[in-house]
Amino acid sequence: MSTFYLYVGIILIANAFLCLYRAFRGPTVPDRILAVNIVGTKTLVILVLIAYIFRQAMYLDVALVYGLLNFIITTAAARYLETGKIRGDWERD
Amino acid sequence: MIEIIEIITRIIAMIFAVIGIFFFIVGTVGILRLPDFYCRTHAATKCDTLGACSILLGLAIYEKFSFDALKILVLFALVLITSPTMGHAIARAAFRRGLRPWRKVAPPPLIEETEKEAKAE
Repeated sequence: MSTFYLYVGIILIANAFLCLYRAFRGPTVPDRILAVNIVGTKTLVILVLIAYIFRQAMYLDVALVYGLLNFIITTAAARYLETGKIRGDWERD
Repeated sequence: MIEIIEIITRIIAMIFAVIGIFFFIVGTVGILRLPDFYCRTHAATKCDTLGACSILLGLAIYEKFSFDALKILVLFALVLITSPTMGHAIARAAFRRGLRPWRKVAPPPLIEETEKEAKAE
């Protein structure tokens, strides 16, 4: 059973490196943000698989924090792309 | 009896993992091959959400009733909520910054039509 999940993790890592190609040569900036977001989601799943393969429940907490950080990073990048601001109230300007 | 339940949960977890791998591969092909940013957002976000959610659900079923299964269900809910939100945020930001959607260019005329036009001229 653990060997099966090892193969699942290897396939996911190969997919993540294929997505990094789009982050390397995306024609526009949102393409790069989207590719990094996808790689982050795959890394989250790979962390949960690592927690199963090595029987370490600690990696589940790491995966939770990683998912929240991924969400915050992408939302902040999208907001900066849209308004040119990160902090402050931008709707009144 | 307990062994039969164990084998059934393992088979269900493997089926969910295979479904997740299929959707991850579809999302990767979409993000590499589609022509436009909006098409790529469509393919990548949808397939990525479904793939991650099915793999996590299979692992939670495999773990049965324990504290780890609860953590994995929290991760499942997190991915299910945040991934479409992120895709929508990026697409809206790109549209408001003025990135035009891709339009299919009209196909070139057929060879017979160009020959007729050449003869008519």
